[in-house]
Formats: sequence, C-alpha cells, structure tokens
Amino acid sequence: MRARWAWTLTVIILVGIMFSYTQDELRTTSVLSFSLRYAIPLIIAAMVGLVCERSGVINIGIEGQLLMSAFAGFFGAAATGSLIIGTLFGIGTGLIMGAVFATGAVAWKMDQIISGTIINIIATGLTSFFYAQGQVLPASTPVVAIPYLKDLPLVGPVLFNNGLFTYAAIIIVIFLQIMLFLTIWGLRTRAVGENPSAADTSGINVQRTRFINVTLAGGLAGVAGAYLSLEAAGTFERGFTAGRGFTALAIMIFGAWNPVGAFAAALFFGLTQGVASQLQADEVVDIPPQFINMLPYVLTIVLLAVVAGRVRPPAAVGKPYEKD
Amino acid sequence: MDDELVLEVTGLTKRFPGVIANEDVSLTVHKGEIVALLGENGAGKSTLVKMIYGLYRPDEGEIRIKGESVRLNGPREAIRRGVGMVHQHFQLVPVFTVAENVILGDEPRKLSFIERRKAVKEVTALAAKHGMAVDPKALVRDLPVGAQQRVEILKALYRQADILIMDEPTAVLTPQETDELLKVMKGFAASGVAVIFITHKLREVLAIADKIEVLRGGKVVGTTTPSETDQGKLAQMMVGRSVLLSVDKSVASPKEIVLDVVGLSSDNDIGLPAIRNVDLRVRSGEIVGIAGVEGNGQRELVEALTGIRKSTATKFTINDENAIGASPHKIHGMHVGHVPEDREKDGLVGQYSIANNMVLNRFDEPEFSRRGIRNMDAVNSLATKLVKDFDVRTPSIKTPANSLSGGNKQKVVIARELSANPSLLVASQPTRGVDVGSIEFIHSQIISARDSGAAVLLVSAELDEVLGLSDRILVMYDGQIVAELEGANPDRAEIGRLMAGGHAVVAEDSSHG
Amino acid sequence: MSSDGPAQTDLGFTDPNPTLGPKYGPVKAIAIPIVSVLLAFAVGGILIYFQGVNPFTAYRVLFESALGDSDGLLRVMQKSTPLIFTGLAVVVGLRVGLFNIGAQGQLTVAAIGAAWAGYHFDLPTVVHLTFALGFGMLCGAAWASIAGVLRAYRNVSEVITTIMLNSIAIALVDYLASRTFKEPDQPISRTPLISDSAALATFGVIPSGFVIALIVSLFFGWFLIRTTEGFRFNTVGLNPNAARYAGISVKRTIVLAMAVSGALAGMGGAVETMGVVGRFEPAFNAGLGFDGITIALLARANPIATIPAAILVGILRTGANSLQFETGIEPEVVDVILALTLLFVAAPIVSRYIFRINAKRKSKSKGRS
Repeated sequence: MRARWAWTLTVIILVGIMFSYTQDELRTTSVLSFSLRYAIPLIIAAMVGLVCERSGVINIGIEGQLLMSAFAGFFGAAATGSLIIGTLFGIGTGLIMGAVFATGAVAWKMDQIISGTIINIIATGLTSFFYAQGQVLPASTPVVAIPYLKDLPLVGPVLFNNGLFTYAAIIIVIFLQIMLFLTIWGLRTRAVGENPSAADTSGINVQRTRFINVTLAGGLAGVAGAYLSLEAAGTFERGFTAGRGFTALAIMIFGAWNPVGAFAAALFFGLTQGVASQLQADEVVDIPPQFINMLPYVLTIVLLAVVAGRVRPPAAVGKPYEKD
Repeated sequence: MDDELVLEVTGLTKRFPGVIANEDVSLTVHKGEIVALLGENGAGKSTLVKMIYGLYRPDEGEIRIKGESVRLNGPREAIRRGVGMVHQHFQLVPVFTVAENVILGDEPRKLSFIERRKAVKEVTALAAKHGMAVDPKALVRDLPVGAQQRVEILKALYRQADILIMDEPTAVLTPQETDELLKVMKGFAASGVAVIFITHKLREVLAIADKIEVLRGGKVVGTTTPSETDQGKLAQMMVGRSVLLSVDKSVASPKEIVLDVVGLSSDNDIGLPAIRNVDLRVRSGEIVGIAGVEGNGQRELVEALTGIRKSTATKFTINDENAIGASPHKIHGMHVGHVPEDREKDGLVGQYSIANNMVLNRFDEPEFSRRGIRNMDAVNSLATKLVKDFDVRTPSIKTPANSLSGGNKQKVVIARELSANPSLLVASQPTRGVDVGSIEFIHSQIISARDSGAAVLLVSAELDEVLGLSDRILVMYDGQIVAELEGANPDRAEIGRLMAGGHAVVAEDSSHG
Repeated sequence: MSSDGPAQTDLGFTDPNPTLGPKYGPVKAIAIPIVSVLLAFAVGGILIYFQGVNPFTAYRVLFESALGDSDGLLRVMQKSTPLIFTGLAVVVGLRVGLFNIGAQGQLTVAAIGAAWAGYHFDLPTVVHLTFALGFGMLCGAAWASIAGVLRAYRNVSEVITTIMLNSIAIALVDYLASRTFKEPDQPISRTPLISDSAALATFGVIPSGFVIALIVSLFFGWFLIRTTEGFRFNTVGLNPNAARYAGISVKRTIVLAMAVSGALAGMGGAVETMGVVGRFEPAFNAGLGFDGITIALLARANPIATIPAAILVGILRTGANSLQFETGIEPEVVDVILALTLLFVAAPIVSRYIFRINAKRKSKSKGRS
C-alpha cells in the first residue's frame, strides 16, 4: 500500500525532472545539485538514527553529535592545516559522543530521550564556549569527477561531480542496506531491536550489541558533522546544525527504517527545498525568506503526520533492556 | 533411561530483594530422563531453570553439567554445553521467518553473510526428523500459538540441546495438542535427550514424568515417581496442606439478562478480524465461562465489551442500556467491573499506593472528589476497609502496588472492581500467576458476587477454572463462539475438541493441532 | 519508561516521574542536585583555570554581580521568572510522559502575541493585563497543541514536532516582527512598545511577574497531587494502559497536558514581554526553553523544586555577562556548567558513585513463578 504510493510519487518526480531538464538544462542541474548537497548530511544523520533504532535505541542526540563533530572537524582542520586530520577529528569526536550516549542510554539504562537531550545540551554548551572567531580552513575540499560517468547528461554533473563526502554517503547507504538484511550482524541487530529478550536467550549479548552499534553510529554522525563544516559550509558557527539531527529522525521514519528508503526520503526533502529556493531566486513567487526557512520543518511535521501511523518502528525501540 | 548423569545441581540458592526465590535446591537429571518440576506459582521453578540456563546467576551452590562444574555467565555458555530451553513466553522475533528465528545466534555463514538457503534446508530437515510440521519461510507472527511453540522447540534442537528445559509448555495448548506435545517429549527422551518439564498440572506429570520434584516456597519438598504417588498426594505436597481440587458452590439461579450482545465483531491490534458475530447473554446471578485456547479472540472480546477496543454490533446492551460505541468510562458507569488479564500492565499503576489503586477508576466520582478536588480521607478509609475485607497482605495502604506479590496485586484489582457492586463483572484470567491460597479466595469472591446478583463473564485459559466456576460454558475458537454447554458436568474431552476447532457432533478421536 | 524504583510512599513532593530513574528519600532528593551543582562548578572551574583566570575570582564576580546589590537581585528575579515558567512547562509534560522540548517556541509565539495584545489595544489596566497575559498563554497553548494533537491522534513523537515547531516559531516571529507587527519608521525589526495599561509593574526590587511565577508553581504543586485532573495526568504518565482501562481518556489528557504545558511556557513569554522588555524583539529570549529542560530535570519533575532550580539558573545567567566584562571569560561557560549539572543530576553518576544508590535495586518481588 505505502510502497505503491511511494513508487508512484518517485515516478512522478522523475518524469518531472526529465521534463524540466528538456526545458532548462542549466537550472535543472543546479537545483538537483543543490538538493543533493542539502540531502547529504540528512542522509548520513538518518543512518545514525537508523542503526541506533534498529538496535532498539532512540537517538535524539544526533543533533549534538553532529554539532560536536562539525566543531572538531573544523577547528581540527584549521589548527593542523589538514583536511584529512580535520575529518579524522570529526569522526573521532563522533565516536566519543556515540560512546558517551551509549554509556547513558545503554550501559546505565537511563531514559533514552533524556540521555539524548543531555548530549544536545552538552554539545551546545561546549561548542559555544570553545568557539573562536577568525579561523579558516586550509583549503576547500576537492571535487572529484568520476571519469566517463561525469559526462552523462543530467546525472553526470549532479551525481558524479561531487566532493568525497557525497560519494561516501551513497556508499554508506548501500553498505548499510546490505549489512542490515544480509549479514549476521544485521540479523542480530534487528533481533536486538525487535525482541531483545529473544536475542538474549539465543545467546546474543544485547547490551554489548547495542553499545557497539550506538557508538559506531556516533562515528557516522562524525562523518556527517565533518561534511557540514568542511565540505558544505567551509566554516563553523554556533548552533549551525539547525535541527538537522531531528529532521534526520523524521527522514528515517519516512524511509520506514530502511537505508535506501531514507535515502529517497532525504532526496525528496532536498528537492523540495531546492525547488522552493529556485522559485524564490527567480522571483517566480514572492515568498518571504522566513517562509522558505520554515519549509523543511513544516514539511517534516506534515509528512510525519501522514506517515507515522503507517510505518512500524522496531518493536523494542526506546526501552532499556532489563532481564525479567 | 540411561544411568549417565547429565545435570547435577547442589545447594542452589537465589535471593531477590525481599525474597528468597530458591533455597538450597538440589536436583539430578540423567540422560533420556523426563524430570517434572512441579509447584504452584511462586514456588521457584522458573528461577531454578533460569539459573540452569544461565539467565540468572546463583548466589550459592553448584551446577554440574555432564560432570563439569560450571559458572554460567549467560545463555550462550549454557547453549554451548547443550542446554536448551523452551520458554513460557516464547522468545521469538515476530517479524522474522521461522528459519531466521531458529538460526538466530548460531547462523550458518559464509564470511559474514547468512546462508539463507542452507538455513531453510537445515530447519526443514530438523522439523521432519522430529515430526513437527512448520514452514521455514513463514513469518512467525502469522503462525498460530501451537506452531510458534514448535519453532521454539526447533530452536533448542537446532543448537543440539541434550538437556531440554520446557517451562510450562502446555499452558497455551488444547488438551489434544498437549497430548501431542507429551508424545513428542517422550520421543526426545527415547532419543537420549534429558527433559526438564515445568508444570503445575498434576495430570501431565503423572502421565509422562520419570521423576517428580515438588517445589514449594523455593525449596524442594519432595522427590517421587508417578508409580509411588497420586494427584491428591502431589497436590498436598505442592501446597503444604490438603486442597480442595474442586470449587464449592451452590446451584445458580439466573434472573434477568444483564449483558445482551448480538453480532459483535472487532479487529485485533494489527487490524485483522479477531472476533466475528459473537452472540452472548449473561444473566444476573450466573457465571458464564469462556473456554478456549489463548489467542482465539478472548482478549479482544473482553476489550470490546469493556469499551477499550472499537467494535461493531447489531445489539450490545448492559441492563437494557445501549453500549455500542461507548467509552470505557461510560461502560464503567453502567456498573461494569473489569478484571483485566494483565493486571500489572493494565490493571494497576505500580508506583501508586494501594489506596490510589483502589480508586483508580472511581477517583472522580462524587464520593471521592468534590469540584475536581480529591477527597483523600474517603479514599483512604475505603482502602483500609478493602484491604481488610479482601485480605490484602500489605504493611500499609500507602505501600506502592508493585511491591506486592502477584496474589495480593490481584486481590487489589478484585477488591476495586467488586467494591463498586457491579451488575456485570468481566473477569479475565483472574487467577493467573496467583498462589493457591489466593486462588481459593478469589474464586469464593467471584461466586459470592454471583450470589449477590452480579452477572459474571469469566474468561480463563485454565480449563479447570472454567469448569469449576461456570454455570454455563461457551467455547471460543477463531473469534467465534462455537458451542454452548449447560449443565454441571460437561465432557472435558468434548470441550478440548471444540477448543481445537472441532465440531460439536464430530465423532471420537479426531486429532487436531 | 516504566522502570520503577525502590518503594516510595505515595504521590508526594518527593515522587518524581519514573523516567528520571530511581526514587530517593527526601534527604537524597535534595542532596543529589546540590552535589551535582557543586561538581559542575568544580569542572567549570577547571575550564576557567585553563583560560588563565582564577576560578574563585571568576565565581566571586559571577555571584557578586548577581546577588551583591538590589540591581543584581532585580535582574536575577527578572531572569528567573520565564525560567520558572518554562521549567514548569517541561515538568507538566514529564508528568504525563511527554517530553516538551518546545517550550522555547511556545514562549516565543506567546511573547509576540502578548506584545501585539499589549500595543494594539487600549483597555483599562486590569482588563488589559489579563487580556495580554491570557492571549500570550493562548498562543503558547495553541502552539503546543499542534504537537499534542499529533501525538494523541497520529502517534507522532512530540520530541520531533516540538523541535520543529521551535524552528518554525523563530521564522514566524521574525516575519511578524519585521512586517505585520513592525514598529513603523524603525530600521530594526521589533514591535511597538506596549501600552502602560499592559505593563506588569515592579514593586521595589520585586517584579510582579516573579510573584506570579511563584504562585503558579505552588498551584501546580498542589494541582498535581490533590486534584482529579492532576491524578489523570500522573496516571497517564505512569501507566497509560492502566489509565485507559480505568476509563481515563489518554488522548484527551495528552492534548490537555500539552496545552497546559504550552500555556505555562506562554505565560513565561508574556510576562517577559509585559514586565521586562516592554515589546517583542526577536532573539531577546533565546535559550529560555532549553534551560527549562535543565531546570525540570534538576527539580526532578517537581513543580515546587522548580523555583530554586530556576533561580540558580537565573543567577548564573545574570552573572555571566559581568563575568565576561570583568574577567574576559566567555559567558558560555555558564552553558557548560548547566550542561554538566544536568549530566550529573540525570545520569546516575552522583547517585551511584557518591551516594551509592544502586539503580537496579527493585522493590519487585518478581523473579519467581
């Protein structure tokens, strides 16, 4: 039912893009590129939420994890003069934040929502306090064009002429899709998220599985954070993740907790934003900028209201595991 | 039976805050032996086997598996040593297939990938070998309870268990399915598997066990064999005094119709039809019992009747008042008492005091509140009275409900529902997980409610309870009432057949399940 | 969310929401937050030390500027007032099992709503005060009700919706303040000043808004324990299933509680506009909602305890500016201290390792069958 609806929408959008491309090649390409750039951090952040929730943990702290790793990535790169070291700083910070969150939400069995909120508040506090003005990146991140593929019409310039993080995001999505549904890790992770007690009695260490998955997901948040400050913005400002961590959770839900589904949902999000911005820039419609800024948030709420009742989250999500 | 000792437990003690669950328990199990652990609720049977399976760690004592002293840090180690367990609450992942559930934790693999085809083949072969029919590719959530249990058993066998623990496996089965299962268990024993069989049903123990260990209050109070004992003796060992095996009640004198339902239908949680076209009448002064295997729509029926679940009906009245589409609040206002099947989840707020739980559905009535402000004096005096009348064992009415034992929790629920003098009482699994003393008390309370004019609808998975209490019995199967039996002594085998979906007029010996 | 702690008598002032972990006796319920705050100050002191400033000097500056004179006291009370309200907003949500992260947005729409009601009308003082305050509360309640309704009827997590509504509120009030309600002939985006008849007075050093906040806190302390509606709130928060079985409409209670929560946050915004700022300016009240979360958890979801928790945060926020002025320490050090306080009080760090309370201890007599 839902799948058919989603497919129909996808086809309509694809046809719309084709048509638009025949009318105005340049604008279409630029809108799609914008959409993809907009979607990339959301995609990776949605994977963070997905890995956690598939393991039975709600990660409301993605926002804070993004903020901290964007901060560490930027200032790491600025201080050492190396984008690579900056990226590693970002990922490392993400892993640490993942482990901190896992300590509260898994090891200490705290309320998961409160644990995540603490992560967010700590991240806001620390990044605000240590924020320093006047730092710049040593260089902008390189754009890597993939030979031959980049020359394809439409998809070439949009998909195959990007920064490394964009390729990384796509690889992460495909990798997770395979991992979740074809490997032993995936089966066990899903078992832990659906019925931890069944996993436990089957000899799977529920707490360890959750701790490791939540920590590694933090590393993914590190990738997303590093992307934001190093590739997307090229700078860092206080609180500049702007709620992406929460939007990512909504995207995860629209994608029905499937990596590829979330990928599609994030692209849809990006496309909406891209089209709206373009319409405004072209002065086709007179929308005040504030309403353009509102768009992703309004869209999140509307889509959640439509979709939330129809998709089924992992059964054990949100509950710390207690043996009975 | 072989002489080889596979499991030896000595001096096992396990304490939980406030309770000693097991005290100095010793036990031996031989290869190919069926050992029954018999005891009433709270006797410590489950705690004992959970220690053997590595889910709990004993505080004192020793477990020897195949001669080797072990300290189990989790089920994983127990599984590795050949201990398997069929849990009372199935430990299955509903959205996984049968094969996925069976292999979980011990997956056939190539690199890190699951070999699905191999898994399906192995599970098919295993099921065939033990004569258990399952489709390895079916989703577990689509299977009936009996089939889910087979998956649970296959899970243990797949791990090559030679000590198989079965925790109350017959609780969810029809009498016929139970006989089937007992046969399968005999087969296991014949092939050299040692079976530890937990139950509180005396008949089954006598039918199948090689050895019977009786537990009471966390201790082993006796070891015997079926040839040395009988039902009466076992019951006395279990409870520590002679017990009435039947309920003592007078003949009912039904009066006017209280509950009148025609064509009631409702869906289950995932939107599939759960009850279809149920007709039901309960009169004042009678107990109508609903017999049936769990999961045949009883829960949905009760929830529809109490307004908790949406339903449709051509007629649904309580004391001639229309109740179609009424909210739980409104139905409660029609003098309906409801003892829900899961008292911890639905019947009580664990963190609330007993006093607050006693008025959980009446706190806003004029007696207990005035202009939106609660009258705590009235609440407390009612609670004090009910604690005394219903023999709730508690230090104080301020004690939080979750620190009470199962039996006392249930007494709180029963007291609350009966104290409002309901004209209709819907009691679902009223004695589940309750000790024998409390069972007797609760039964006598239900009967006295009937005698004072209440219409009682009793739903229970315990056939003996339905048989003992009811003045009239309805059998429920697949969301429908398939038969009605009047009279004092209905035929047990006949009911069993009906519970399994057989027809009332079908001849003897048609096996189901 | 249903883990239960050691035996505790009844719904009382020491009975927090179960989401907050194990319950303590009254002594520890007070001691743990205090130790947590001290510990956070200690760690904050280390940060200050590494910035090249003597932490004791810094803290002395911070507290003296906040508490040293009547000017400071006034500012502390002004700062604390909206914090008490947002803290209460989060507390009421927690009691019903809802996590209202959107107090910020509710407060913001109420602040501009009260400003509009304050400048657009000319009414007798008492009527105008009531109207502006009430209109602000209504704005906050309506804003929160979006999340409440979606949670109750569409099962959408209020955590995500309230966060989204925060962002939408920021954009919305920015639009309103720069166009619809803009003060004419001014370069900056802000509303006109409210009429005198809508201004909340200050008596000596005591702002009347602060007094209102105290009264409202006390009211909710009583409301949650002694009224039937409060009983519904608590029952739904502790066990929604049992609530439903007992005939309480869970959906209605969720919508109502969210509206009450929003109205409380809205009262904070209205009081801030009517008693302190005198008009609406975007971003003047940033962060108040998030401090509300810290305050609510510090107070362990107890309305009365919200008062001291909010005053503490108010002191820190007031002193932070002087701290920068006099020692050069970034005022954001207060964010770090508050974050650490929250960490220590909500995580079992202090309770487990200092007070030796074992979170796993259970009063259940379960485990046998």
